[in-house]
Amino acid sequence: MLADPLHPNRLRWLCRRGMLELDAWLTRYLEMGLPAQPAERQADFARLLERDDMDLFDWLTGEREPPAEFRAVVDAIRTTRYKRT
Amino acid sequence: MTKPGIPRRTFDAVIVGGGGAGLRAALQLAQANLKVAVLSKVFPTRSHTVSAQGGITAALANVSEDNWHWHMYDTVKGSDYLGDQDAIEFMCRNAPSAVYELEHMGLPFSRLDNGKIYQRPFGGQSKNYGGDQAIRTCAAADRTGHALLHTLYQRNIAARTQFFDEFFALDLIRDDDGYVLGVTALEIETGEAWLFEARATLLATGGACRIFRHSTNAHINTGDGLGMVLRAGLPLEDMEFWQFHPTGIPEVGSLITEGVRGEGGYLVNKDGEAFMPRYAPNAKDLASRDVVARAIAQEIRAGRGCGPHGDYVHLKIEHLGADKIKARLPGIRELSMQFAGVDPIDAPIPVTPTAHYMMGGIPTNLHGQVVAPVRYGPEEPTPGLYAVGECACVSVHGANRLGGNSLLDLVVFGRAAGQHMIEYLRDNPFPRPLPSTPLERSLARLARWDRGEGSETVAGLRAEMQQVMQAHCGVYRTEALLREGLTLLDGIEARLPAAALSDRSRMFNTARLEALELENLLPIARATLVSALARTESRGAHTREDHPDRDDDRWLRHTLYFLEHADGRDQLDYKPVRLKPLTVEPFQPRARTY
Ligand SMILES: Cc1cc2nc3c(=O)[nH]c(=O)nc-3n(C[C@H](O)[C@H](O)[C@H](O)COP(=O)(O)OP(=O)(O)OC[C@H]3O[C@@H](n4cnc5c(N)ncnc54)[C@H](O)[C@@H]3O)c2cc1C
Repeated sequence: MLADPLHPNRLRWLCRRGMLELDAWLTRYLEMGLPAQPAERQADFARLLERDDMDLFDWLTGEREPPAEFRAVVDAIRTTRYKRT
Repeated sequence: MTKPGIPRRTFDAVIVGGGGAGLRAALQLAQANLKVAVLSKVFPTRSHTVSAQGGITAALANVSEDNWHWHMYDTVKGSDYLGDQDAIEFMCRNAPSAVYELEHMGLPFSRLDNGKIYQRPFGGQSKNYGGDQAIRTCAAADRTGHALLHTLYQRNIAARTQFFDEFFALDLIRDDDGYVLGVTALEIETGEAWLFEARATLLATGGACRIFRHSTNAHINTGDGLGMVLRAGLPLEDMEFWQFHPTGIPEVGSLITEGVRGEGGYLVNKDGEAFMPRYAPNAKDLASRDVVARAIAQEIRAGRGCGPHGDYVHLKIEHLGADKIKARLPGIRELSMQFAGVDPIDAPIPVTPTAHYMMGGIPTNLHGQVVAPVRYGPEEPTPGLYAVGECACVSVHGANRLGGNSLLDLVVFGRAAGQHMIEYLRDNPFPRPLPSTPLERSLARLARWDRGEGSETVAGLRAEMQQVMQAHCGVYRTEALLREGLTLLDGIEARLPAAALSDRSRMFNTARLEALELENLLPIARATLVSALARTESRGAHTREDHPDRDDDRWLRHTLYFLEHADGRDQLDYKPVRLKPLTVEPFQPRARTY
């Protein structure tokens, strides 16, 4: 039995990473940006979550350019506003 | 006896945790052709070890004159003399060989011009027992932890370690004679409970800084192995000692390195006063971590914190100018804009003391065997149970860890524990019958979260606990504050039975996982408060404003905390610090000045 790769619970667990900044970035987008996105963009996000922590960190900090297939979703994550509670 | 229908697997050894510590131990066992399982709640290369950027310390003497005995001296002194000197000698002596071993496994260390492993200076490192700065920390660019994790993971795959990714360990299985026979675990994808049976079990579940509101640790660091140990009736050691980094971004916790103050950044309170000169007239903003963290905490307590809750101070760098900030501190600027919503070219960065590393943990000896005071002495091994890494307290870090010594701890003691487990498995070739009660207790714990209407939420209780720990048991501690914190924590724990889940689905039920994590965090918070309240002295990272001095006569000893004990709840016991190294002369406690 395999869970639907876009199931929100599955994506939420995959947002648990080894680096705090990734937890913050990915969870923020999961909660505030992703739900409004079309299925195609959601699938990009799910594929992005399969990638290595260091790659994600470099792409999100702008240290390295992400590959073309992830450019849009990385941009979307970076521009989701963080609200301090 | 197991219930029908529970998947059951049998291995020689089961390792809980796929970070640097778990993977190093697993490799030792797999290379000896033993059947090893590694369980990890996240994919192993997403363990927190990936965050370690600075490096791993070993006296290779590639850059400056050096030797392991100087490293040992620095570590003993750094620990404020609470570290066990036999374990520290073992670690520092074995450091060079452990690092060369990683090099041979293919870890891509940065290189000096002469081809040797690159080393960089870290705080607390000295030549000649407190002399000039030593240069001792080996690095693979600024991603040593990442490189370490990937190297060990690949090696384990080659050695046929069996990985159970996204399995959440629940409880230890321990029989009436005290033998540990494996663990129960939840398969995250299906929500099913499993039984992992093994003659030897190793916990390598990492730290627990998520008991605090502000932490530099990833969200997975909930101390699950510590919760498992407490529930099995075993103690935790030195839980009052947590290292705080002075400058993390509030809430998120993202770390703003010392380098920013090194470039000329300085701290101000809400009145715009640069307050560090009041606390450290000479070093000012470049004083050591604990001094800066304490100064910030004092400002916040005195009502001079910034922001709507007055719970942080400002780190100013605008005066450096846009060009210098962009050139020298681009990463920090990015983190500040992303997580504090502030461009430091225009406005100061909010920062606050942030929990960074857990010095205490599961008590072990230098073979990684979990030890507890039972029949014959204070350090009797628990048969079949081992612990290594940040979850363990061996104790090489004592009251305060030095940067770069943690990755070293993982590989040196990971290897030693693996080696000892090989011998233990040889001496204990036959499985013992499994008791049924621990299994039922574990299943009951799971079933509890499938019931009831809740007036409380897991997230709400966790946030309250984190707030209590930050405010009452952070950098600034007094008897009154700690007592009040304990009362507040009692109140939170009393409300836990009223918490229920809104989502009771099976697959990837993260709400259930967070509930199980909270059941581990709460007793760790308790252990911390109770241990901190009892220790009426200041040593290393534990500072009591009402007991400002170190008191070696009374407190040169390790705390042991038991959650449930024959004598009741919250029992404390103590054991002596091991002041005698293995082969060299002891370093006698002296005032710790830098
Ligand atoms: C920002 C930062 C920078 C650092 N930099 C350095 C540095 O430069 N040098 C240095 O020496 N140290 C550094 N440290 C400290 C060091 O990174 C950690 O102490 C160390 O990596 C811990 O390794 P570990 O193997 O013990 O645990 P982790 O790497 O945390 O691994 C824990 C493992 O246990 C698993 N796990 C946990 N609970 C469960 C469960 N219930 N069921 C199944 N699996 C479970 C996790 O999935 C994970 O695989 C740094 C720490 C931080 C926060």
